[in-house]
Amino acid sequence: MTMPMMKPPRKNPVLRTPQINLPPSARGRVALGLTAAAAEGRLALQTCAECGAVQYPPREACHQCLSADLPWRTQSGAGELLAETVLAHSNDLFFRERLPWRLGMVRLDAGPSVMVHLHGEVGTAPCRVQIGARLDRAGQAVLIGLPEQGTANMADDTMLREMASDPKYRKVLVTDGKSPVGQAMARALVKAGADLVWVGHAEPWKQLPGLAELATLPQVALVPLDVTDERSVAELAGQIGGKVDIVVNTAELHRSFGIAARRGTDVAKAEMEVNYFGLLRLAQCFGPALKGRAADGATHATAWVNLLSIYALANFPAHGTFSASKAAALSLAQCLRAEMRPAGIRVLNVFPGPVDDEWNQNLPPPKLAPAALASAVVKALKDGVEDIYPGDVAQEWLERWRDNPKVLERELAAGGT
Amino acid sequence: MTTTQELLGGFALGLTTGRIRIVDLTQTLSPEFPAIALPPEMGQCQPFRIEQISAYDERGPGWYWNNFSCGEHTGTHFDAPAHWISGRDLPNNTVDSILPQHFIAPACVIDCSAQSAADPDYLMTVDDITAFEAVHGRIPAGHWVLMRTDWSQHWARRHDAVAFQNYDATGQHTPGPSTEAVRFLVEQRDVLGFGTEAIGTDAGQGYHLRPPYPCHSLMHGAGKYGLQCLTNLDQLPPTGALVVAAPLKIEKGSGSPLRVLALVEGM
Repeated sequence: MTMPMMKPPRKNPVLRTPQINLPPSARGRVALGLTAAAAEGRLALQTCAECGAVQYPPREACHQCLSADLPWRTQSGAGELLAETVLAHSNDLFFRERLPWRLGMVRLDAGPSVMVHLHGEVGTAPCRVQIGARLDRAGQAVLIGLPEQGTANMADDTMLREMASDPKYRKVLVTDGKSPVGQAMARALVKAGADLVWVGHAEPWKQLPGLAELATLPQVALVPLDVTDERSVAELAGQIGGKVDIVVNTAELHRSFGIAARRGTDVAKAEMEVNYFGLLRLAQCFGPALKGRAADGATHATAWVNLLSIYALANFPAHGTFSASKAAALSLAQCLRAEMRPAGIRVLNVFPGPVDDEWNQNLPPPKLAPAALASAVVKALKDGVEDIYPGDVAQEWLERWRDNPKVLERELAAGGT
Repeated sequence: MTTTQELLGGFALGLTTGRIRIVDLTQTLSPEFPAIALPPEMGQCQPFRIEQISAYDERGPGWYWNNFSCGEHTGTHFDAPAHWISGRDLPNNTVDSILPQHFIAPACVIDCSAQSAADPDYLMTVDDITAFEAVHGRIPAGHWVLMRTDWSQHWARRHDAVAFQNYDATGQHTPGPSTEAVRFLVEQRDVLGFGTEAIGTDAGQGYHLRPPYPCHSLMHGAGKYGLQCLTNLDQLPPTGALVVAAPLKIEKGSGSPLRVLALVEGM
């Protein structure tokens, strides 16, 4: 049984805000394969293409037949807990601050035996256990032993919360609440137990449906925010920057044109102003405070969410300039992740397929419902992953892009099918 | 007979002694100042944006300066005849080619503030103009006509962008001139141009008048100018104010943000 997490008391302003100490984060090139899968929420292990042996820890060669052909294969993670212990002392600063810490030895059904962090709900050895790969505070893959059947409160386990960015009791900024996606996002966060959701809105004189109703939720507070205006972003950061635990950047401009379909560069520039420069302004203004609060109590600052697009991976010519702005945003988001990771803040990049909104009105289904996108983001925060591709279209594109980006480029030029 | 030298000297003396007072009719350019909004699929006038280059810091230790950007029709601004399709073929129809003597001209200020307070969609009528003339005399040719509504105070005093723009599901609701009033000022009075306090020279619902946007269409079609987002019109006398309104000299510019000053009787 995990004790349900209670809402933490207000911060004691007399004490120094604790600073983050990261767990050991050095990994070799081969070991990063484990991280790449964990970033998507998968447990993958090297599986020898010649003899079929599954191995852990990752190595350059198969431990049975020395083959170098070791593709990463997703694993079920089922296994047997052989032994367990509770760490009561550590010279590592991260663990030292979080003792006691439960550890176990598990023999995976797939073969290898692995050392894992052990969730409080896993019974005493010997027993069945479910192994998952998670990203730790340093953003590196670690293995955690989870119960086969968890209780309703299992996400409140302190160890698991360290490996995720659960919105429960956290304060979240949704940068644009005027769009259906922004509104669905705010609602999903409230439903997930967020303590407070600030909802940004630019150009207050443009009354768009749904915003006034959203503002009636007690957890929601509307705040003026225009990501195209440096001063607006700086002012809001000055007011609430020191309290925001999660930034969800939903600000987006989408005008659906290629190069030849629209004269001039003003629309493309406006897309870049929101989709690329908007992210840059937000990151410059909200990034530092977020980094400084990565260990600030049980509801410390934890994550930054970018709503990108599957078009960021490969240009969809019918939405050409929008795709380009999202590709620019993806590149910047990678930079942001590199700068945030050493501070213990996770950057979650979301690559949805076309969303069912006014700018995709002429696009045939399947289209992603804003509410579905929002719950995918909340789930990703709870799972602590780095990249998600919600929706059928995004999943299919991702597969085709991974299979052969050049072939996909040609297919997209021909209309996408 | 007064010499030109005496005229200019007297003018300068009037300024230094305060006998001529300067009223600033300009709203401050800021990122928050409401911008005109067209349906989102159309091209948009960019709002005012400003970014620091340096402020006595590592980017420039001894100096402070900014880059700014905006549309030609952002903030308190001037409309040249070429702004509208009806004025596109006229001579000297852009801000760089307008005769400079048009940048300083007297103004008649017609007070429609009571009507506008009662009805945000108020359209100034020909009767409003003739009533003004009955008291203050006929509007001379070459004068600005400024429609005072006190609408600017939504922003200038209360910083209320929602009230200033006043949108509902049917669009914007701000006062402006009726088609007949515009036609009268153009055809019967040969004014220099028309100025307002709201976001455009036309009323918020001006698109639904005949012709759509009559002030833009008829004024610019006749080579007249527009001024909008003016403020402090309540400080001007009905007649006798001299308006200085010189737009930026943008090559083939359709308009520009500008500082609008009125010279009025002082102490």
